[in-house]
Amino acid sequence: MAFEGLADRLQKTIQKIKGKGKVSEADVKEMTREVRLALLEADVNFKVVKDFVKRVKERAVGQEVMQSLTPGQQVIKVVKEELSDLMGGEQSKIAVANKPPTVIMMVGLQGAGKTTTTGKLANHLRKKHNRNPLLVAADVYRPAAINQLQTLGKQLGMSVFSLGTEANPVDIAKQAMEYAKAEHHDYVIIDTAGRLHVDEKLMGELHEIKSEVSPNEIFLVVDAMTGQDAVNVAESFNEQLDVTGVVLTKLDGDTRGGAALSIKAVTGKPIKFAGMGEKLDQLEPFHPERMASRILGMGDVLTLIEKAQENVDEQKAKDLEQKMRSMSFTFEDFLEQMQQVKNMGPLDDLLSMMPGASKMKGMKNLQVDEKQISHVEAIIQSMTKAERINPEVMNASRKKRIAKGSGTSVAEVNRLLKQFEEMKKMMKQMTNMGKKGKKKGGFKLPFM
Amino acid sequence: MSFFKKLKEKFNKQSEEVSEKFKEGLTKTRDSFASKMNDLVAKYRSVDEEFFEELEEVLISADVGVQTVMDLMEELEMEVKRRNIKDTALVTEVISEKLVEIYYGQDNEEIEKLNIQEDGLSVVLFVGVNGVGKTTTIGKLAHRLKEEGKTVMLAAGDTFRAGAIEQLEVWGERVGVEVIKHSEGSDPAAVMYDAVQAAKSRGVDVLLCDTAGRLQNKVNLMNELTKVKRVITREVPDAPHEVLLVLDATTGQNAMSQAKTFSQATDVTGIVLSKLDGTAKGGIVLAIRNELSIPVKYVGLGEKVTDLQPFDAHAFVYGLFSNLVDNQQKEE
Repeated sequence: MAFEGLADRLQKTIQKIKGKGKVSEADVKEMTREVRLALLEADVNFKVVKDFVKRVKERAVGQEVMQSLTPGQQVIKVVKEELSDLMGGEQSKIAVANKPPTVIMMVGLQGAGKTTTTGKLANHLRKKHNRNPLLVAADVYRPAAINQLQTLGKQLGMSVFSLGTEANPVDIAKQAMEYAKAEHHDYVIIDTAGRLHVDEKLMGELHEIKSEVSPNEIFLVVDAMTGQDAVNVAESFNEQLDVTGVVLTKLDGDTRGGAALSIKAVTGKPIKFAGMGEKLDQLEPFHPERMASRILGMGDVLTLIEKAQENVDEQKAKDLEQKMRSMSFTFEDFLEQMQQVKNMGPLDDLLSMMPGASKMKGMKNLQVDEKQISHVEAIIQSMTKAERINPEVMNASRKKRIAKGSGTSVAEVNRLLKQFEEMKKMMKQMTNMGKKGKKKGGFKLPFM
Repeated sequence: MSFFKKLKEKFNKQSEEVSEKFKEGLTKTRDSFASKMNDLVAKYRSVDEEFFEELEEVLISADVGVQTVMDLMEELEMEVKRRNIKDTALVTEVISEKLVEIYYGQDNEEIEKLNIQEDGLSVVLFVGVNGVGKTTTIGKLAHRLKEEGKTVMLAAGDTFRAGAIEQLEVWGERVGVEVIKHSEGSDPAAVMYDAVQAAKSRGVDVLLCDTAGRLQNKVNLMNELTKVKRVITREVPDAPHEVLLVLDATTGQNAMSQAKTFSQATDVTGIVLSKLDGTAKGGIVLAIRNELSIPVKYVGLGEKVTDLQPFDAHAFVYGLFSNLVDNQQKEE
């Protein structure tokens, strides 16, 4: 990504003041400037940034930072604390009505992901809370929106209430309530049409639906990639409807997601869920803590660990460790490792999640070439079993055959063989190190 | 002639050709713009730090991007010193001038038209992340092209999202053009193959190809897109004639990442900036044009079939400052 994280930005300033015995007010000013830029680049609204930086500055100019030996670290700490404060704790509870059904209304701009989120939320309610939700198709404007919800309903095996595109959304909501009561649904999720927050007529319609069905929750669905305008959108939806929570969608993209901070700051309403993929089970509770790190570009170790846990077979990882120790690591293992890492997602992503990765020399603008990895795969796959287990047997004619089989050149085959040897050596060193020094945590990224 | 006058004149001239909607959407404050601008200028008698700060905020709040704005402000401050400008009105002019300059760079200022062949089939491929308005844009563009007398066909290449095919079919009916489709979940490349064959055999002028929205960091999905494009090129050698990336105007700095990655996968030739009828300004397209040389070809200004208009950098820059004017209004 083109953006520098806050840590990188501060690093530069710190280099400059490193030699100094004391940190001056001017230095703090420069550091807070970097904080400001980092937040703006992450799409946090400039007004929110202004207030935020002011608070950080107050704390920084005070004792906390200026007298510390590691002012840079301190600034980051202050920023993280302030940010976490602002984002609040984790809140993914959904209200329950005293008398069922509980009504949830989904609102937001066009294309934010309301309909998909409606499906995901219904799935969540059934799976995690054992509920029986009714989906209500109240988007009569966008072509085939009802169709989309019906398809999702079919996929989930849930009922969808619809009166077609000719009906009035307010009537749809009203009749849906009667239907839900008759059919004993304990939750009703109303999917409304996307609309601009400045569209008075359509906002009025939402108002009418609200007073008709008195929802227990009104979820504002917001695209995580939203820029500065997130403030205007969240503010007016909240003012007009008094939303109860926010769902942030498309967070599985590579956006910094500063919109989350803006929305929280201007509405004070909790962000309850995050959409993390296109599948219907990819709705997760929102983690404010992680979001704070992500906005600052400080690496997201927790997500990385989770990804690794999801995708790496524990038994296999243990076997591998054993092999590394005993030096019997072969090309076969190498291939398997590569596939496991690939399962975790694009390598750029994984690297960007590792804190400090951007500080390593050469890593900064490293574009991991996925193609090169498939070349390596092809080369290994063109080896015979004997060659994979025992690369020593390799000779010129074998290399030629492998190059031909994998569509690469002998030079590339040679390079891989050499790299593999070096890797083995490195592993030996690493495992020796591991034996001596006690390792904390025990998390190990395979093959890195 | 002053730049703002030029801008206004250019705009007035064009407004005769361009539909009413464009005026409404882009410059709600068109008529009163000059007088509002004067008000602002009146507030800031001198070109001081406070004035620069407000300019900076206006541009940042339009999602122009921090780096671009910082560079711009630096240049501007130098220019102001060099030319000893004391009049705030002049500063705003210089900055608009520079923004248009950023947009066009070394290229000339003519509006970049859609590359539609005089004779034979032209293929336009639409790409973008989820929910930006690809399908809607296709519907609108189909209408536009049909009005221009072209025969148009649509390819329902979004076989993934529930209801996407039906959505395109509704647009097909509305506009009165044929839609080539397979069932949901089928291979989008196969849909494209069939659509191109159908377009060729029926002698259609333009084939508009929808694709499923995808986040640019999903490598497999981006590879799928490259394949879709390859299939089109195999059937019609110089196609696709346009690859249009649809960007949501509300998107922030991530739009740059979208433009870069989609370009790598499909050689994007132009941008459609959708949802510009809200309060978002989509300022990031300036930086995208500057850094990646991808021009904006159309803007989406509403939900109606006629709400797609050619992009005009001058009008766009003019619109960026409407916030400045709005702020002024609020304070009064």
